[in-house]
Amino acid sequence: MGFSKDQLLERLQAQQVQFSKYEHPIVMTVEAQAKYVGHIKGGLTKNLFLKDKKHRFYIVSALADTKVDLKVLSQRLGLGKGGLRMAPEEALAEILQVPLGCVTPFALLNESAQHVSLLLDQGFKTQECCFFHPLSNDTSISLHIQDLDMFLKSVGRVVAYVDLEANPPVGKDQPPDLAALVPSDTLSITDVLEKTASLQVDSGVNSKPTAVTAKASELSSGPRKEKLANTAKSSSSFADPEKLIEEILEKASAIVLSEIKEENIKKHGEQLGAVVSSSMRKNLSLELKNLATMFKNTAYTEGFGAGTCCPAKRL
Amino acid sequence: MEKENETKAEQEEQEQVVNPWEVSAKGSGKIDYDKLIDQFGCQRLDKTFVDRVFRLTSRSPHIFLRRNVFFAHRDFNEILDAYERGEKFYLYTGRGPSSEALHLGHLVPFMFTKYLQEAFKVPLVIQLTDDEKCMWKNLTVEESKRLARENAKDIIACGFDISRTFIFSDFDYVGGQVVGIFGFTGEDHIGKISFPPVQAVPSFPSSFPHLFSGKDKLRCLIPCAIDQDPYFRMTRDVAPRLGYSKPALIESLFFPALQGETGKMSASDANSAIYVTDSQKDIKYKVNKYAFSGGQDSVENHRKYGANLEVDIPFKYLSFFLEDDDELEHIRKEYGSGRMLTGEVKKRLIEVLTEIVERHRAARAAVTDEMVDAFMAVRPLPNMFN
Repeated sequence: MGFSKDQLLERLQAQQVQFSKYEHPIVMTVEAQAKYVGHIKGGLTKNLFLKDKKHRFYIVSALADTKVDLKVLSQRLGLGKGGLRMAPEEALAEILQVPLGCVTPFALLNESAQHVSLLLDQGFKTQECCFFHPLSNDTSISLHIQDLDMFLKSVGRVVAYVDLEANPPVGKDQPPDLAALVPSDTLSITDVLEKTASLQVDSGVNSKPTAVTAKASELSSGPRKEKLANTAKSSSSFADPEKLIEEILEKASAIVLSEIKEENIKKHGEQLGAVVSSSMRKNLSLELKNLATMFKNTAYTEGFGAGTCCPAKRL
Repeated sequence: MEKENETKAEQEEQEQVVNPWEVSAKGSGKIDYDKLIDQFGCQRLDKTFVDRVFRLTSRSPHIFLRRNVFFAHRDFNEILDAYERGEKFYLYTGRGPSSEALHLGHLVPFMFTKYLQEAFKVPLVIQLTDDEKCMWKNLTVEESKRLARENAKDIIACGFDISRTFIFSDFDYVGGQVVGIFGFTGEDHIGKISFPPVQAVPSFPSSFPHLFSGKDKLRCLIPCAIDQDPYFRMTRDVAPRLGYSKPALIESLFFPALQGETGKMSASDANSAIYVTDSQKDIKYKVNKYAFSGGQDSVENHRKYGANLEVDIPFKYLSFFLEDDDELEHIRKEYGSGRMLTGEVKKRLIEVLTEIVERHRAARAAVTDEMVDAFMAVRPLPNMFN
């Protein structure tokens, strides 16, 4: 299940991340939050949970005063005009596992959010500290952006700072500058590093290249559809003989079990075996053949890949 | 190879139009396939063919053969004669990657081709005409290539055997071949007028020296939708002059749009089709809302007169995809007589389509970029006829 506020705070403390905690009544907006912590030193942040037309998700975390234009952002990500919109409420619960009004970079701790891309306002670097909700609207914590950075990287998240107010032209000869931040199907650390090495940071604040580094732990690849659990399971059964057999046996057992019921026993008696057998063939033939073909194709591809980089030596 | 459908629903007193760029029926009726066969000059695929295929392959003929979805051909009998003598053939089919959205109509030829590959144990070449769409639709070369690869993943998900299948894109592979065979000089990318040769070239085994060298007389069988017939008629004319066998064709009906049989599914109208990316909810919604019903307007009339199965889309779709012949027959009787209502038929259809779409998605999820590279690599296929 999703991380709780206390679990998060415990973790921050365990990793010796410095932060100050402020409790207040539940707030749903930056304005409301400002009433309680606005007088304290630190930048208030607004956090947007966005989605594109291909059901990919993004968190844009910015200083409250930074102007964020979704149309511009959408183009810079290579999604065309109007490719980005606010994610629906259900996604908040399902993917970020936080309540309404509580979008926060800390939500990325959750497994369910592993494919969400994070864009941080470059402006954070000018602040001594910034306020975020620690997975709950009744608390705000302020911490230095470097500490947030460190914490996120320690859990294997890629962190990208973006000049959110910039509006660079996007066209035939000017590829979208943020395209690397769009979540993709199979993303490994090296892919992200390569792609973002060319991300240009507006030289206003500093001349360091975009801080995109991550821990050695690989971002796990995942298929592109919503049912992550199911499809992930069947993808791996194409590469692993044990899983393949397990899946086949499961399907076959399901048919056997569904056919062996009282009415069928009465109806077919001794012939029940033959009936179940032919039912299995009828229902499973096509499906199992497809499974086997995918298994073969996967094995061939692995061999092909290995062969092309290291051709076998023949005597 | 497929072009976008520009069907307008109001076609007045005109002949039906079927060519690779446009498909529309006369008036608001159905496509007259008998007339089409006459007009084009191809042959009907009758039951004797289906039985012969059954005998030669020792397996149940594909649902699309049993249900007459693939209903016409050119020289398929010669392919079968040669096969009986021990002479193999290769398959050739293709796709014009115009958009990422693939719908069930797109999958039909690929599903059938996969069956042919398995049943006859023959190799297959798949052409991605990324240059065609680039020229006609003003896509950048990069975008065209990217779309081609995305489409390749859906194609691979149909279950083709990598040890017998070569996928190639026009941009990367074909250019040189056309120059060689047709004697054109100059650039790889030849221009709109020359597109037909680009589609014709893979019908000749010499276009694939890494696969078929020394096999100049190897026959080619092309499964396609019947609107592709004109392209290949030209190829068949040219073949003997170049010293090759004429490619044989096996042709399918159009997969009708959800709204009815006045044309074929179009990737530009999302509600005319079921997409491989549609969720169970989407499928349910689309079938319930848009699938054209041949049922009567009231329950009493329906019980009295039964459904008009000629125009009923849910029943038609079931005839494409419901494997169980007995169950389909049962539905035909009950629905045709009015004892079964449209809602029930639609419900069954939703189940069948959801199963297909979900299976496709699971298979597609397992297709990696490396696998696409492997399918597209110019490599020998030593076991392609085994």
